[in-house]
Amino acid sequence: MSSTSLTGGAASAPASKTTKPNKTEKWTEATAVASGSEVSNELPVLGHPTGLTDRYIGKTGAQILLQMLLEHHVTDAFGYPGGAILPTFDQLYDTKLNFILVRHEQGAGHMADGYARATGKPGIVIVTSGPGATNTVTPLATAYMDSIPMIVFSGQVRTYVIGNDAFQEADVTGITRPVTKRNYLVKNVKDLPRIINEAFIIATTGRPGPVLVDLPVDVTTNKVESAIDDTPWLPGYKTYRLGHSRMVKAAADMINAAQRPVLYVGGGAILSGAWKEVRELAEKGNIPCTTTLLGLGAFDENNPLSLHMLGMHGGAYANYAVQDADCLIAIGARFDDRVTGNLKLFAPKAKIVHVDIDPSSISKSVKVDVPVVGDARLCLKDMIQHIEHRPRKEWLEQIAQWKAKYPFAYRDDSPLAKPQAIIEAINKATGGNAIFTTGVGQHQMWAAQFIRWSIPRSMITSGGLGTMGYGLPSAIGAQVARPKDLVIDIDGDASFIMTAMELATIRQYKLPVKVAILNNNFQGMVRQWQKMFYGSRFSNTEMVNPDFAAMAESFGIRGIRCEKKEDVQKVVDEMIRHPGPCVVDFLCETDENVYPMVPSGKGIHEMELGIVGSAPPNMARDMGTLA
Amino acid sequence: MRHILTALVMNEPGVLSHVANMFSARGFNIDSLVVGRTEDPNLSRMTIVVIADERTLDQVRKQLAKIVTVVKVRDYKDSPYVSRDLMLVKLGVTPRTRSEIIELADLFRGRVVDVGHQAIMVELSGEEDKLDAFVELVRPYGIRELARTGVIAMARGVQGGSGDEQTMENAPEPSRMVKAAAGKRQPTQAELEATPPG
Ligand SMILES: Cc1cc2nc3c(=O)[nH]c(=O)nc-3n(C[C@H](O)[C@H](O)[C@H](O)COP(=O)(O)OP(=O)(O)OC[C@H]3O[C@@H](n4cnc5c(N)ncnc54)[C@H](O)[C@@H]3O)c2cc1C
Ligand SMILES: Cc1ncc(C[n+]2csc(CCOP(=O)(O)OP(=O)(O)O)c2C)c(N)n1
Ligand SMILES: [Mg+2]
Repeated sequence: MSSTSLTGGAASAPASKTTKPNKTEKWTEATAVASGSEVSNELPVLGHPTGLTDRYIGKTGAQILLQMLLEHHVTDAFGYPGGAILPTFDQLYDTKLNFILVRHEQGAGHMADGYARATGKPGIVIVTSGPGATNTVTPLATAYMDSIPMIVFSGQVRTYVIGNDAFQEADVTGITRPVTKRNYLVKNVKDLPRIINEAFIIATTGRPGPVLVDLPVDVTTNKVESAIDDTPWLPGYKTYRLGHSRMVKAAADMINAAQRPVLYVGGGAILSGAWKEVRELAEKGNIPCTTTLLGLGAFDENNPLSLHMLGMHGGAYANYAVQDADCLIAIGARFDDRVTGNLKLFAPKAKIVHVDIDPSSISKSVKVDVPVVGDARLCLKDMIQHIEHRPRKEWLEQIAQWKAKYPFAYRDDSPLAKPQAIIEAINKATGGNAIFTTGVGQHQMWAAQFIRWSIPRSMITSGGLGTMGYGLPSAIGAQVARPKDLVIDIDGDASFIMTAMELATIRQYKLPVKVAILNNNFQGMVRQWQKMFYGSRFSNTEMVNPDFAAMAESFGIRGIRCEKKEDVQKVVDEMIRHPGPCVVDFLCETDENVYPMVPSGKGIHEMELGIVGSAPPNMARDMGTLA
Repeated sequence: MRHILTALVMNEPGVLSHVANMFSARGFNIDSLVVGRTEDPNLSRMTIVVIADERTLDQVRKQLAKIVTVVKVRDYKDSPYVSRDLMLVKLGVTPRTRSEIIELADLFRGRVVDVGHQAIMVELSGEEDKLDAFVELVRPYGIRELARTGVIAMARGVQGGSGDEQTMENAPEPSRMVKAAAGKRQPTQAELEATPPG
């Protein structure tokens, strides 16, 4: 057989028993998406191995790993060394790969995740056994929840001591199984090339997700001695591309017949690169469009049809529209409980269309009327052809009224700057034209509300797992991926300090990441719940923080402390103008809640509106009787 | 409701724990789970009995199919099938009761596989109900020890064979996933969801 590597990318191969991928084409998300509708529903999934190749003969596992990373178009990787991964680190000594040495393996994981979200390419992590590997569990879980492509290569003790409680041994495949799409313990260097090929396919195709490959020392040091087969063997792996034509047509008919349709667009639209199609569908059908936290940027919020974010802290107008809709079209969104609130009260009048690549997402929590299983971009392309323009005058007028009545709002009534005002200043300075990352908490929600999102892949945030400490490392990853773009971590004081040691990584690689800390000296989001539901008993949520600006300076990074609210815009502008990395400690008001807020157990129309206004009586009554 | 599912899985360590963990993590109820070899050394077959309503069964099926090392899932909701459970039971005996027990075992088409002065071991296979009935009948003699394998199942008719199931390369057209449904009967809603052709 041929002596070249075969690594998926079946886009141009005939689909038959002999399905073989194109020799030169490596599997990347780009090919997964780009092969598009020209070709039919071909799959990167292959049958039994058939071909032997001699190209790995005489190479060690570590050499093969490095060679194959480059062949898979990997240009950057993140990680930290240690005994069990030293053979691989030795290969990194003179490779073309740009390797970022982090300060904590959790940082490496979130960096790879931020890198993936900023580009669509899989993020790569290389760490040692035991504690090195277990430190990546939180990033794996974060990426798994948000369907982010990432591959972690972890060192492992030698195969013949596995199970003996050897030094720095941990059952890493056992520990990570529930938070990876697939994981492997490589037992023989002969299997390594096939497994690496499979890892890339699994991480980047279908519903993307993290993969872990555990590499015992003898696997990375042993040489391949004879011809081996590196063809992926994934008999149980199914991916879906085009939607069922009957379902696509049924969905379009339902949309055309609807009086009050709403598009509900999620992270899947970003993963699939479907933003053009989302806009076309909205505009052609004249359909208002709301996005989830992870869908921000998939639809231009400056478009008059935009309803901004929906859900627990979403716009009141988006939530009212969903509750009043007669047809809800979910695109790459998974009906998360932060979006639906009380399921029994969710979208009570609506027929539901759900476009999703993962059949297990469909009818998981909300019963779907028209399921369309496939890639969002390809499904929408087909669907748009059947969509007819409708005036929807009454519906759009109603929505315009809600939008006018309940805009995101805050009152500028404290001596300290309001956190929302700081985000508005950042929005003003950037026009939303930057890559933003966040921690988790109030600042994350205000960023979602007060930045006008218009660019896909510009919002990088941990949605499903809600991982504090995600902001700084993911910003580093995004900056490594897109060195010329402005990257701003909008962070909370408590979130920031969880992974703040990565400032040293910023310094070491001279990355111009900006960090805006909305410092309320509190775990603000938890404080909000304590204030609203626990009688203002602020148990263990107040933070005594360091001087963040001085701390940044000690890392050799520009640090600014902004204490006066009059200075906010000026300091924001200065931060952005600064050519290198810059950390700004924005002191802000502590006693501030995020509104609107859907209390747990309530329907999403039953928001606490706070400053945002009060519910229109007809709406509240209407909804009340629907329960 | 009790449902039987079978999953053809890749024969490698970790698959069983993945499947078992998925059930516990998602709060699905397993009644029994049996793993065994198939005619293809690369594949094993799991037979899983779950207690679930229709909606949960649908999720169980989808979540199983989603596991990369699970090759094929089938449930036996709307198709005729054969199911078997195998039991070994050791009963206390006296010279007087020995013949009664042998007679009962014969009646149930069981086999006596070990006889001693004080105990007798019976092997019995069949549907679970039959085994349950036998257990009730012999209980008064004193059950010393009892082991059951759990249920395995297989569809009646010609289709089947691990190699010839829904693997990718032998699908009638590349896009069609639910091969078993093609041309046999109207696909169910669940199958339509899982069927991606254009
Ligand atoms: C403090 C806090 C508050 C939050 N409040 C809110 C809130 O108010 N509103 C809100 O929306 N979220 C909120 N979230 C986030 C929330 O928890 C969920 O993470 C989020 O709603 C999920 O977004 P999604 O539905 O877009 O799903 P994702 O997790 O992005 O899932 C993507 C879906 O798309 C599918 N998919 C993947 N690839 C494709 C493809 N190529 N084609 C088609 N489909 C594909 C997947 O199968 C999956 O079903 C909050 C999070 C935190 C931490
Ligand atoms: C790792 C982790 N631990 C705990 C939590 C629970 N939690 C959610 S928000 C929050 C407070 C965040 O505080 P801060 O980063 O200062 O943001 P703020 O809400 O003040 O803007 C906490 C503790 C979490 N999401 N992640
Ligand atoms: Mg805070």
